[in-house]
Amino acid sequence: MNEVVVTGVGAVTPLGVGAALLHERWAAGICGIKDGEGRCDEFEVTDHFSVKEARRADRFAQLVLVASKEALADAGWADGLPHDPRRIGAIIGTGIGGIGTIEANDHKLLEGGPKRVSPLAVPLMMGNAGAAAVSMRHGLKGPSYGVVSACAAGTHAIGSAMRAIQCGDATAVVAGGTEAALTPLSRAAFVAVEALSPTGISRPFDLRRDGFVMGEGAAALVLEDGAAARARGARILAVLRGYGATSDAFHITAPPADGEGAAAAITRALEDAEVSAEEIVYVNAHGTSTPINDRAETAALKTALGEHAAKVPISSTKSAIGHLLGAAGAVEAVATILALRARVLPPTLGLEQPDPELDLDYVPLVARALELGKDQRAIAISNSFGFGGHNAVVCLEVT
Amino acid sequence: MAEPSNEQIEQVITYALVTFGAEASAISRDAELEALDIDSLDLAELSQIIEEQFGVELTSNDVAEIKTVGDAIDLVAARAK
Repeated sequence: MNEVVVTGVGAVTPLGVGAALLHERWAAGICGIKDGEGRCDEFEVTDHFSVKEARRADRFAQLVLVASKEALADAGWADGLPHDPRRIGAIIGTGIGGIGTIEANDHKLLEGGPKRVSPLAVPLMMGNAGAAAVSMRHGLKGPSYGVVSACAAGTHAIGSAMRAIQCGDATAVVAGGTEAALTPLSRAAFVAVEALSPTGISRPFDLRRDGFVMGEGAAALVLEDGAAARARGARILAVLRGYGATSDAFHITAPPADGEGAAAAITRALEDAEVSAEEIVYVNAHGTSTPINDRAETAALKTALGEHAAKVPISSTKSAIGHLLGAAGAVEAVATILALRARVLPPTLGLEQPDPELDLDYVPLVARALELGKDQRAIAISNSFGFGGHNAVVCLEVT
Repeated sequence: MAEPSNEQIEQVITYALVTFGAEASAISRDAELEALDIDSLDLAELSQIIEEQFGVELTSNDVAEIKTVGDAIDLVAARAK
């Protein structure tokens, strides 16, 4: 099958506008969470959009438009698309879609009746609006659609894009994830299902962890057919080696305690990548800071990686930016690539009191240099698991 | 509802167009909506605003005939009578 490479990345996160800031600030131990939420405070709508553009896109689509612009520029596409536009796709995941738009229009409906609901409500709230926006903005005429699988959507989007390139449906795909759900309804809903941290602190794998902290943001990756990218002389940021996706078929909001489905997704991603567990030098964990996820994920890593699980450094991006739901997988894939490229593994922030039951190396508090042996390759996995029992894992190599 | 004056109609339409993102300085009676980057979704919103403000119901067929800002003002004024 065709090799798939990453030639550009972009991100808007609570750590700033730009992928480089995500890596640099996280590695420096900076936490983007304030008052119990990870808001993209440095993202100013008027810096990026005209009045018309801004009102035609829900915040969740705006965030991925900015991330995709950065990713395309990073890939060297700023002055034009390097392939037939009909062979470039856009696959963008989201957990919820335009919930801010839904809430605003629901308010109008209740206050003023059905005639007050905006003609823009549907195009702004639909879950595929992010993919549509990216396709329209950049003139991408290949396959484009949204992926909806809760907190695994960003990783599923990357995996789906990888397959589209491998099977020849596209030469390149702008893949990513985006979420802007810091709204009263979603906040209340996640509180109701007891998923959010009542203390508002994200400390994955810590004994005191009590739920996730919600964040917003987006990331985009330019994925290209390896041969086509090399032919145009592109800088290759990383090779997307493998992808694994499974389902728990267990419970709508909880994984099984042994993380069986997650383990199977990791194993499948490694098989797909044709790498052994021992070759993994870093794990970007799903690491939500919920009691149950971090336990199940630890069990899954032990099942899938065997004895190597105890040796491999593992860290959680959510400790620095919170849980970006459908954007998380894409943001974390970008963070993984930048960590491997910099040879610096950012830490799990807030991990001060280890949980005796969770005994792996979670890179607590301080970043660590990634030292590679002479024949060692820079290969990592990034895990994402979503409500609904969706598990998705990508395996990336920086060559 | 009292019959609105042309000035009132013009004011409401101009305000709406600016809200949609049109350049205020480019708006005049002769300005073409297409040149102001006003599309079908904007016109759907404009119809909603017209109905709220003046009680005039415009269908998508009605607004499809509107080419200029002046056309919009005249149509609303005629229907409001």
